[in-house]
This record gives sequence, C-alpha cells and structure tokens, in this order.
Amino acid sequence: MTNHWVDIKNADVVFVMGGNPAEAHPCGFKWAIEAKKNRKAKLVVVDPRFNRTASVADYYAPLRSGTDIAFLGGVINYLLSNDKIHHEYVKAYTNAPFLIDGGFGFEDGIFTGYNEEKRSYDKSTWKYQMGDDGFAKVDETLQDPRCAFQLMKAHYSRYTPEVVSQVCGTPKDAFLKVCEYIASTAAPDKTMTSLYALGWTEHSVGSQNIRCMAIIQQLLGNMGQAGGGIGALRGHANVQGITDMCAYAQNLPGYLKAPTDADKDRASYLAARTPKALRPNQMNFVQNFPKWFTSLCKAWWGDAATAENDFAFDYLPKLGGASDTLSIFNAMYEGKINGFFCQGFNPLASVPNKRKVGDGLAKLKYLVIIDPLATDTSEFWKPHGEFNDVDPAKIQTEVFRLPTSLFAETSGTFTNSGRVIQWRWKAAEAPGDSKDDTEIIANLFLRLKAMYAKDGGAFADPILKLTWAYNQPYKPSSEELLREINGKAIKDVLDPKDPTKVLVKAGEQLPSFGFLRDDGSTACGNWIYSGVWPQAGNLSARRDNSDPSGLGQTLNWGFAWPVNRRILYNRASADPSGKPWDAKRTVMKWTGAAWAGNDVPDMRPNAAPEEMVMPFIMNPEGVARLFARDMMAEGPFPEHYEPFESPLDNNPMHPKNPKAKSNPAARVYKGDMEAFGTAKDFPYVATTYRLTEHFHYWTKQSRINAIMQPEQFVEIGEELAKEKGIANGEKIKIRSNRGFIKAVAVVTKRIKALDVDGKKVHTVGIPIHFGFKGATKPGFLANTLTPFVGDANVQTPEFKAFLVNIEKA
Amino acid sequence: MALQSLDIKQRSATTTPSTQVRETIEIAKLIDVSACIGCKACQVACSEWNDIRDEIGSCHGVYDNPMDLTAKSWTVMRFTEVEQNNKLEWLIRKDGCMHCADPGCLKACPAPGAIIQYSNGIVDFHQENCIGCGYCVTGCPFDVPRISKEDSKAYKCSLCSDRVAVNQAPACVKACPTGAIQFGSKEDMKDYAAKRVTDLKERGYEQAGLYDPQGVGGTHVMYVLHHADKPDLYAGLPANPSISPLVSLWKGFAKPLATLAMAGVALGSLFHYVTKGPNEVSKEIEDEIEKEDAK
Amino acid sequence: MNMNRRQFFKVCSAGLSGSSIALMGFSPTAAQAEVRTFKLARATETRNICPYCSVSCGVLIYSTGDKSKNSQGEIIHIEGDPDNPVNRGTLCPKGAGLRDMIQSANRLKWPEVREAGASEWKRISWNEAFDRIAKHMKADRDANFVAQNADGLTVNRWPSTGFLVSSASQNEAGYLTVKALRALGITGLDTQARI
Repeated sequence: MTNHWVDIKNADVVFVMGGNPAEAHPCGFKWAIEAKKNRKAKLVVVDPRFNRTASVADYYAPLRSGTDIAFLGGVINYLLSNDKIHHEYVKAYTNAPFLIDGGFGFEDGIFTGYNEEKRSYDKSTWKYQMGDDGFAKVDETLQDPRCAFQLMKAHYSRYTPEVVSQVCGTPKDAFLKVCEYIASTAAPDKTMTSLYALGWTEHSVGSQNIRCMAIIQQLLGNMGQAGGGIGALRGHANVQGITDMCAYAQNLPGYLKAPTDADKDRASYLAARTPKALRPNQMNFVQNFPKWFTSLCKAWWGDAATAENDFAFDYLPKLGGASDTLSIFNAMYEGKINGFFCQGFNPLASVPNKRKVGDGLAKLKYLVIIDPLATDTSEFWKPHGEFNDVDPAKIQTEVFRLPTSLFAETSGTFTNSGRVIQWRWKAAEAPGDSKDDTEIIANLFLRLKAMYAKDGGAFADPILKLTWAYNQPYKPSSEELLREINGKAIKDVLDPKDPTKVLVKAGEQLPSFGFLRDDGSTACGNWIYSGVWPQAGNLSARRDNSDPSGLGQTLNWGFAWPVNRRILYNRASADPSGKPWDAKRTVMKWTGAAWAGNDVPDMRPNAAPEEMVMPFIMNPEGVARLFARDMMAEGPFPEHYEPFESPLDNNPMHPKNPKAKSNPAARVYKGDMEAFGTAKDFPYVATTYRLTEHFHYWTKQSRINAIMQPEQFVEIGEELAKEKGIANGEKIKIRSNRGFIKAVAVVTKRIKALDVDGKKVHTVGIPIHFGFKGATKPGFLANTLTPFVGDANVQTPEFKAFLVNIEKA
Repeated sequence: MALQSLDIKQRSATTTPSTQVRETIEIAKLIDVSACIGCKACQVACSEWNDIRDEIGSCHGVYDNPMDLTAKSWTVMRFTEVEQNNKLEWLIRKDGCMHCADPGCLKACPAPGAIIQYSNGIVDFHQENCIGCGYCVTGCPFDVPRISKEDSKAYKCSLCSDRVAVNQAPACVKACPTGAIQFGSKEDMKDYAAKRVTDLKERGYEQAGLYDPQGVGGTHVMYVLHHADKPDLYAGLPANPSISPLVSLWKGFAKPLATLAMAGVALGSLFHYVTKGPNEVSKEIEDEIEKEDAK
Repeated sequence: MNMNRRQFFKVCSAGLSGSSIALMGFSPTAAQAEVRTFKLARATETRNICPYCSVSCGVLIYSTGDKSKNSQGEIIHIEGDPDNPVNRGTLCPKGAGLRDMIQSANRLKWPEVREAGASEWKRISWNEAFDRIAKHMKADRDANFVAQNADGLTVNRWPSTGFLVSSASQNEAGYLTVKALRALGITGLDTQARI
C-alpha cells in the first residue's frame, strides 16, 4: 500500500475493484466503514459478484471477469473527456509533458516492436525524446501531439461508455455512475483510495490492471495525500515482509535486481542498475544502488567480500531465464527438477492445473515439506478417493515432512501491507518435536557446509564463507537476524562533507540507509529495513499508539519502511509551492526552511520548492509515469486483452486481429496452450475467490472455521440454474479443459448474467478453500480447473478468468 | 452463598424479592445491520469465548452456517437476498438472544433459578438449575433458546455475563471488525443508533430506524435497520414481538385452574422426576398431552 | 387469544412442575445463580500478530500458568490487542478462531518420511531427516551445478532444486532462508506473493 490501513478512514471515496476487503481483510476494512461513518465517504464496488463488500457499498456495478482494463480505460477516457482531472498536479507531478520517441506507435491492439514468434516486444521506441542537455524533452503546455498526455488521450479515446458496456457487460448507466463517484475526487481537496488485491493481479494482464489505477490516481492527483493512494491489500500476514526480503528469484533483499547472464561483472551489473536522472535537479534515489548492493554482499560474505574479488559478486547465482512458480513447475513437469522444498506452501492446492503440478511432483527425486500442518501437497502421492486419484506404487518421490512452529510459537517481525514492521512475542512451545523455520534452515545449511568442508564439491566458497556469526549457530535468534537486516558499520562511517567527522562508529548499528557506503565499510541485509534496529534498539517493538495528527499515522508504533514513512510520495500531498492541497489533512508542507508535517518527508528535507525537486524520488524522471516507457512487457499504456480462456471469439476492441485477442506478451508453455478450452465446450466464465470464513488452504484444518463454512460450493446465478435445471443446494460437477470438481450449488441473485458483445455471459463463482486434507468435508482442489498461464510481467496465474461447463453431478 | 457479581433483578419460578438497593447501569448491545459484513467473526468469537464447538455441518445452498441456532451456536448470521425497486440488497442479520426487558423465557420457566435477569438487563441461563422442560423455548418470542441433545439443558447467548461482570464487552462486540456491534449503556446505544439512522437516511434509506420492540418491554440487544418498517425482510425478524399468550395466561388466571385440571398428570410426572431425573419430565407430560390430543 | 388444547396443557404443566418442584424440596435457596468465573483471571498474556492476512492484527494470546519452571503453558484463548492501531482489538472470523489453528488435529509433531513407492508415512528422527535431506541436496548440487554458461560466463547456479519460501514466517526466517539459498546457488525460488 502506498498509504496504510488506518489511513483509509481519511478518504472521501473508497473505490474497491479487484478486491473484496470486507471478506478478505475485515479488520482493515473497518477503516472504510469509519470513513463512511465519520466523513460521509462513499464506498463504490465493481466486481463480477455482489460480494460482502458490495453488501455495505453505496454503489455496486458488475463487470465480466477479466475486463478491468476496458472498464478502467473507460474511466480514464471519462476523466479526460469531461475535464475531471487535477491539472496542476498532472502537469507538475507526472510525465504528461514528456515527449515520446517518434517511432513509438500503436496499431490494432499491438504496440511498436512486436515479435509474434517470441511473444515479446522490442521496446527500443518506448522511450522519451532526449534533448542535447541529456535530459528528456517536455512540453509544459501539454499540446504537443507527441507528449505523453496527448498520446494517452488518443489511446483511451476508444474506450467510450458504449465500448465499456459492450466489453464488460456493465450497464452503461452503472458505468457512468461509477465514473461520477471517481471524478468527484479530481478536486484538489478530495481524495479517493483504491483498494485491490488478487482480483486485479490474478489475470494475464494483472500488472496492467494496476497500472490503469496508477494512471487514474495520477490524473486525479490522489497520490501522497491522506485518504488517497493505491492499496495493494495483499495476502499472507507476512507476504509484504517476505516480498521485501525478496524470497524470489528476480530480486535480492530490498528489491535489488538480481544478476543475470547479461551481467558479466560487478561493474557492468551496477552500471545497468544505477540510472541517471532524466530531468534536472531530481533526487533519482536509485543512484544509491551500489551502496545497497555492496552492503548486502558485505552482510552475507563479510571479510570474504573484498574490493579485490568484486565484493564476492560471483558468489551470487545468476539467473539464466524465467524463474517463477509457473516456470519452476513447468520445469518440474518436464523432469528438469530433482529436488523441491515447500516451506509453508501448499502448491498442489495453490498452483493452477493440479494435474500438471501433481505429475511434476511425481517426477522429483526428493520433496521436502516444511510446515506446521499436514498439507494436501505433502500427500500428493496418497490416494484420497476421487479427490486425489493416484497410485502410490507408481510415484517414486521420496517425501520428507518436517514439523515447524506457528506464529504463536516464535518471536520475530511481520510486516503488514502498510509496510509497518511489528515485533511478535512467543507465547507457547510448538507441539511435539516441531522446530522453527530458522532452526531447520540452519541445520540443513550447516550440515551441507560441514560436508563441503570435509569432502569438497561444486563451488564451495559461497557456502563456506557465508557469514554465520550467530550465538547459537543452529538456532539463530530473530533479534540478531533483525540487527543483521538493519545493518551496521564495519569501519567508522565518515561524513562525506567532513571526513574528520565520524557519523557511525565501527561496530555500531546504522541509523538508516542514508549511512550505507559502497566501499565495503558497511554491511546491511536489506537496505529498505535499515533503521528498524539502530543503536537505540528494536524499533519494531515500539508500542506507543498516540496519534497527535488524528490522521492515524501513529509514528511511534512499530517501524514502517522506508525510514518510518507512513505515506509514500507524501511530498505530492502539497502543491508545487509546498502548500497542502487540503490543509485539514496535512501530511507534508514546506515550512520555509524544511519539509515537515505529520509524516517523515518523502523528499530531501531541505529541498526548497523552487528547486523543483519532484515527489517521485525513486524515478529518474522525478515524476510519476502515465507513459510507462519500457517498464512493462505488453506496452507503455494498458490495453484491453481478453483472458486466455474467453467466452468471446475475438477481442471486441480489435475484432480483426487475432494476435491481439489475449495478452500478446504473455508466456504460454507448450501443452498449456492446447489445454485451454473454448467457449463452444465451456461456455461459462469462471472465477475463483476466497470467503471470509477461511484463509487460503489453512483454516480448513481449523475446526471452528470448518464449522463456519464446512463444504465446497460454487455460486451460480438464478437464470443459469434455471436453464440447467439445477436446484439450490444440489451437487453439481464443474468441468474445465483440465479436469473437474464436484461441489454444492449455491443459487443466488448476486451473480447476474451479463450482456457482452451481444451475447449472454454467465459467471460461475468458485471459492478455493477446500481440499482432501483438513477438518472441512473432504473435497476437490479448485485449482484442478485453472489454466497454467500468468501475467506477462510477474507471472501471477490467471485464476480469475477462465472457462467451465457445469452439469448436475 | 456468595454475593452475586451482578445484581439479580428476577429469577425464574421464584417468589422471594430480588435485591433492589444498588443502582446499576442498564446495558445494551446494538447491532448496526448497515455496517455488518456478515463475516461471522461474532459467531467464532462467541464459540471461542464460551468454549463451544458445534458440529461441522454441510453446505445447504446458502452462506448460513451453522444453519440455525443450537445449544452450541448461540449466535448465527442470517443472509437474505432482497431485490426491490431494481436494487439488490444482501441483508445480513446477526441472530441470537435479544435480552428482553420482559423476558418470556424467564416467565415461562418452571425451574427455580434456571433463568436469571440481572439488573443490567442481561438474561442468563443457569444450566445447573435447568430441568430441560423446554418452556423457555415456548416463552421466547424470537425462537432463541435451544435444548442440548447431550444434557437436555437449555442454552443461549449470555451476553457474555462473565465478561460484562468484570466490565469487559461481550466477545462478539469486541471482535466485530467493522464496529457493527457496539456495546454500552442502553441510553448511549440509543444515541449512537440515532446518528446511524441519520446517516442512513442521508444515503437514501428513508425508513431506517432502531429496532427496540416495546412488546417485550424493549430489548438489550437492538438493531439499526435500513428498512425498519419491514423487519420481516431480515430473515423474519418479528415486527411486533410479544410474549406468547400461553405464558401470560399461565402467569395470570390459568395457574389455579391448571393446578386442578392437571393434578393427576403432574403428580405422576413428578414421581417420575424424582425417580428418573429431570430429563424425562417434559417428555412424560408431552406424551400425556399427545395422547389427549389424539383422542 | 388463539390457544389450542395442547398448548393449554403445555402451559399448565409448566407452571405445575415449577410449583411442584419447589414443594418437593428443590427450593429456590438451593439454586444459586452466579455468572461464569472470568476465565482469563491470572492467565499469562502474550502479544503477537495474527498470521493470516496482511492487515497484521495484534492479538493477545492467553495461556495457562505463569511460566514457572514446572508448568507447561497451554494456550486457552486468543483475542484482539486493543492497543494495535489497525485492528484496535477486533478480529475477523479467522483471527478470532486462531486457537483452533494452533491446536489443529492436523498439526505435525515429528519428522516423517514417505519412502519412494510407499503407501504410508514413517516417523524418523530429526537427525535422520537432516542427514538424508542434506545428502540429497549435495548429490544434486554437485551433479548439476552450472559454474559457467554456454558463453563461458561465470553464472554459479544450481538450477535443479527449487524452493518455495513461506510468506507466513517472520522476516528473520525469510531473510535467513534467502541468504542460505542464494549461497547454495539456488535460482528456482519463489514465494506466495506471486500466487
């Protein structure tokens, strides 16, 4: 979230699309209800289903799952054609005035540079026109036809209310009503917050769904303000923290892009990741990349990381290609993976196409489950009737199941989606012989290290030299790990302006990432967390919940990264002269000498407004991007593409171009394209989701939650039920081209047939929480049905829009 | 006998007067249906606090689970899809004991001290005194008490009398994520409700209002409804609940008449009660009645 | 008044049994009426964070005993932490039921192995588990480690073992996991953030 949970209470409009916070995040959603109660805020919900968030909304509009870009593109067009934008903000704080390369274009659904065979783009024209001064050219009048503003206006002019209705199935008047609510926050002193979660990410166009909202919030000038911003609500308790630690291949802790085969050495690696400012005077904060990266190498390899060996650059593995859950399971399916670990992860249930996942697991030599619970994945080899129809004798995988502790049985920090890091205290011992995750990792690692020390083996240096100075090596404590994450001075850190002045003494904890150095004199496990454990102690354990501003900032509760900042881009909450857009909700203002207010400034504190240092300090432009340059896989502007399984024969936006039917840049593996179904055999749009009574595949193991929702069901509209002769409460079979499940039919008024492109489209809603292990009634895994394809940028699977057929079971 | 932690206002089948000297606050729970998201946190918190776990049921084509109040589910959410004036509403009502000021259950209860009304308004069941006759069920205008199949005793929401006695809010109130359940003095709750009603009227719910039915003397669990003119929309919330005439009758003129008319039956069943225990009392009488009815 | 014969009898018998019970010596004075004792009195209170969604609600965990040497504390109740600025003491149906997760009948209690082709689990010691897994890992790493790619560039990766990292464990565990995996050269790692 750019803002945080409590800040939702400051909004004038709470716009929920691509999420269902009342069900998935009830305690965070309370702040939307508070906004309604105390600010007379309006709650607007757009969703394929009338869900429990919609039940308390002021306005609800339906749409066909997988058409969010068409809807939001329509909103962009509405704002531009009705002049409902925040002009001063757009001109100053976005790249609207930037001139775009003359070669860039868009034709019939495809941007310049498409390579159909590779399903990817040559993005060399997706860039700014550069001036002789080395900076991007701009037209402050926004009139140049090549400026980002005009190109965007032209791009979205096609998204008329009629087209929106045709593609999304949303009645035109409902769409326009939603536009009115959104447009009301173009006024400088009004804000809208956007709340989304998996309803936007789990599409083959997921990242671009969110880009649409980024554009809308920039046009409305809602970023940086209290009650504004974009709220990625997120899933697991610590999904934010584990993402920050970058437990995924593409990044190293703190979102440092990991080295790939394109990086031949440290110097070229750093050069490619350290941008130059694109406009004069901008902070271009990522220019500090070498300090963050070098400090990470020092945290990991200590004295073994020296200037002479490129600070152990070669100790880091280089990515050789795709490396995400889908690609890993595809490689496993192809027999290219021998060993696999699932730490608190139940992929048989949570990865698309259960059959493909199960077949992949059966090809492993060894599988290690590290979990507090007996997961479905741990028994992928075990027959559970028709729910898991396998023959163990044919599965040669050796499966280990290691019991771990749960949250109550460990101490350490969780980071919520508002980026607040909070300490937890251990309350009880884990049952039986369970061990903590850290203890399990330490034991495995140290055993391997001993084997490499004794017997040698492939490239042992990074293993043998990894820093491991923990008091109890087999059981590192959360306290010492969090100190390592925060970082410390290895040598005295000197003031660059006055080298006689010692800023941090050798051995001391660093006060923040501002003290990191690229010469090996500092170590830091994750630069964005630097400041959480300075010399003064553990700030994540702070429990002062006082809120002097009344905005809910609680700056002395826990510690928010970065540098305890609660609202990102908060300099944008003030106009270019430094005066807050809404003085009643001041987040940040220029006092005449410094930036100050009710937050930690997201700006160099002494950057006077006349220096024109713009609020988006992480971007080399200094401003936000309406035109995303070459940052996205499928284009600088979001464009509507159909889901890979669509009820339509073509993309109604580009009916004559089959290349532009579905995301042209999405990766589809061999065999998976063939496993897509067509509307002829599978006429209904299916979408999977969560229910408030359950959490993913965990709470099916918890008796009380099993009592609240005991059995797998699917939801269908009354009209479809009537057509198929299905009665409420009856068992039905749901088939996709990849398999079938059986479930109880919940026949409801809350899912309506939609009129899409002249065709009646029904939606089948499929909650995911059930399976063959747990306290709930044994059942099928919903992901038996889902397609094995992901978003083109980050590969989040398309769980939200695919095709099924239904019949009485 | 220890002094009660809460003053008793009334106790079932008891004629001796209760304590009346101390002044205590009259409390109430307010359920703002317009802010309720039907998440069932209250159901879970209730089970968790009171150490009860119902059976794991099945899906019956609705979100309601458990399907009904039971001896182990003292509160349930009732979901109703209503379509009127081209607008769909999903009305979700938390159902459970209303803690009537004039409690029909207590009036009907023949077991001394099985049902207590505290001076703060809580109506509590004391299972150790319950004989399982089921008359509280008949006496309740909201169909709330349930008899356990395991011990043949009546159970229902206690408004967490154990928490309220130590000045804590009931478990459901504390848990409620959206603040749809509020707790305080009845007076404060009415003031809060008035603000909510004003807000709802501004949002177009012209018939929004407070549900505090006077037919039972008002309740210590009240609702804010968007359609206060049609409480029946909310899974059959009665518009004008009142204590069953049967109970009023018994408390009035029927008592001496009944003593005469039923003497034989009662003596027989009483003998049975002493020898076989309480569980059979109502069944024996029921059987006698069934026989009479069959004639 | 609409009352049939059956109801009339029902009412009458209710009154009768009440009166009769009192007559037979089940007098009101014997029937006490106290509220249930507040069950958290003297329980140990520990502050923690709900492990479910990313709202990260503060929770108060109540356990038996006082952490003295000879008593093993059992968690008896969990409710919201009123001090936490986000949840302010509230919890959702998942968080309010956390005790049943901690005490789930499906909690794992000791290491187990399912041998290749076998139909059942077998309990093993931690030592055996670590030993066997580490041997698998080393054998696979030594056999499949890629020191240089086809172009002769140093890449130092171990592509044939993958790892899905939990999003439910604390930052410190995640950090240590990433640190160890990167040192081993694993590139096939991911987390729930993507799912």
